[in-house]
Amino acid sequence: MFNEEFETLPRPALEALQLKRLKAMVERVYSRVPFYRQSLDKAGIKPEQVTSLADLQRLPFTCKQDMRDSYPYGLFAAKMEDIVRIHASSGTTGKPTVVGYTQKDIDTWSELMARSFVAAGAHKGDIIHNSYGYGLFTGGLGAHYGAEKLGASVIPMSGGNTKKQIMIMKDFGSTVLTCTPSYSLYMAEAAREEGIDFKGLNLRVGIFGAEPWSDSMRSEIEAKLNLSAIDIYGLSEIMGPGVAIECQEAKQGLHIWEDHFIPEIIDPDSGAVLPPGVKGELVITTITKEGIPLLRYRTRDITSITYEPCVCGRTHARISRMSGRSDDMLIIRGVNVFPSQIESILMGIEGVEPHYLLIVDRKENLDILEVQVEVDENIFSDEVKHLQALSHTIEKEIKDLLGVTCKVRLVEPKTIMRSEGKAKRVIDNRTIDS
Amino acid sequence: MQVEQISIFIENKSGRLAEVTRILGEAGINIRALSLADTSDFGILRLIVNDREKANNVLKEKGFTVSKTEVVAVEVPDRPGGLSEILLALDSKSINVEYMYAFVERCGENAVIIFRFDETEKAIKALLDNGFNVLAGERLYSM
Repeated sequence: MFNEEFETLPRPALEALQLKRLKAMVERVYSRVPFYRQSLDKAGIKPEQVTSLADLQRLPFTCKQDMRDSYPYGLFAAKMEDIVRIHASSGTTGKPTVVGYTQKDIDTWSELMARSFVAAGAHKGDIIHNSYGYGLFTGGLGAHYGAEKLGASVIPMSGGNTKKQIMIMKDFGSTVLTCTPSYSLYMAEAAREEGIDFKGLNLRVGIFGAEPWSDSMRSEIEAKLNLSAIDIYGLSEIMGPGVAIECQEAKQGLHIWEDHFIPEIIDPDSGAVLPPGVKGELVITTITKEGIPLLRYRTRDITSITYEPCVCGRTHARISRMSGRSDDMLIIRGVNVFPSQIESILMGIEGVEPHYLLIVDRKENLDILEVQVEVDENIFSDEVKHLQALSHTIEKEIKDLLGVTCKVRLVEPKTIMRSEGKAKRVIDNRTIDS
Repeated sequence: MQVEQISIFIENKSGRLAEVTRILGEAGINIRALSLADTSDFGILRLIVNDREKANNVLKEKGFTVSKTEVVAVEVPDRPGGLSEILLALDSKSINVEYMYAFVERCGENAVIIFRFDETEKAIKALLDNGFNVLAGERLYSM
């Protein structure tokens, strides 16, 4: 472990620490951020009324829209002269959400990312090949600083230029790969075309995040890249990568670093806090951040939480593998569908590649879901009936498991766009008449 | 006694078939026989060519999904009832024809038909037992 004392803190001590830090945080945002002063006043709660962790539930939520409304610096709780780094989300659906870090925030982030590396099975001496994008996106620099804090050798590749990535991985003897799960498979494909076998590389661990993926995709990645694949979670609003990570001992849920973040799971519709084990939206309160602390930030990510002890000895709660985002969720004829659920079904079918695209349309007020699947040599047959049987199998599995009727369209290899960052899985062409 | 056929997956959109034939043409590959099975979404183009390896390689390089299949080429008497006799001989051994298509050239007095069977060896035996002429691949590729 990177910080054994804090990573194995007995729960009573952990909760006492959380309460102390939460109280200080509420004080901080109340006195420094007008938005929070107003929202706490409106909710009728004063900082001194937070006396137990249960009081957290009385605090108002913070939403992505609140961050947009405060664009760019309105939610910052530190003076601009103390902000040493600024990142922002991609802002695909509007203005980017901007986050600022003080030096202490960067130090915390680096430590949590270093802890995450160790939990994933990396150590000092590893050569960390970092293919997360560098720039405004937090992935690249977050992993970079964590790798340095750990004392590993980091190769700051960033995304793109896949042929060179593979050459460097081979020549530099990279032992740990960090990138999005979809990009890792793209690399595997590119390597095969270059005649390079991942079995001949030194890679041992892959740390994949920034998009939801399934357990079956993990098996695919582990088989194709010949490494142990670990799921990492993070978001720029809270910190960046390294908010939570799977431990290599269990690979059963992601430990969320509870000495810095307090997680809750809520019903996305009612906002009510749900008990452990029940799926809902993850809400996170940062309790040590200086630059842009957030109270009860609604992540839109769907997961569940468990406080059961873990074989690895870490006492921090675990959140389950993200099953999707509440804003990525497709509602097709009234049924909630996450792309990751369809991915899981596709990958459970022998020979089917993990490249897929969901296209949603509306015809005569009816939602139509088309699932595009690439046909490669593993599933191709010279007989029409075999390919049609494959389409029907996929359609039936999706219908049986998700309750949604879809049409499978078999397409030629490489016709589904590959991504060097977050994969685009859905094209929603529906225009809803108001 | 078997003939190697290559099959190519083609999305049902304009220009794809032209693309395949262009690639083969530029590589100097001659198509001896062909059949296209089509559905509303995709087609399977099946070809007998003079150079299978080369055809396979150039198409794969261009990103097409290609597979090889063993098929059987049979001479069929070019007269009424000629094909029927062959099919009856196969039926008597309960051999099912997956698909079939005609070869473009004639071989002496006979036509040539390409068959795809589930049980290829058994089919060849039945055909030979009944006195039909099954053509070797090499003969077909160079016809």
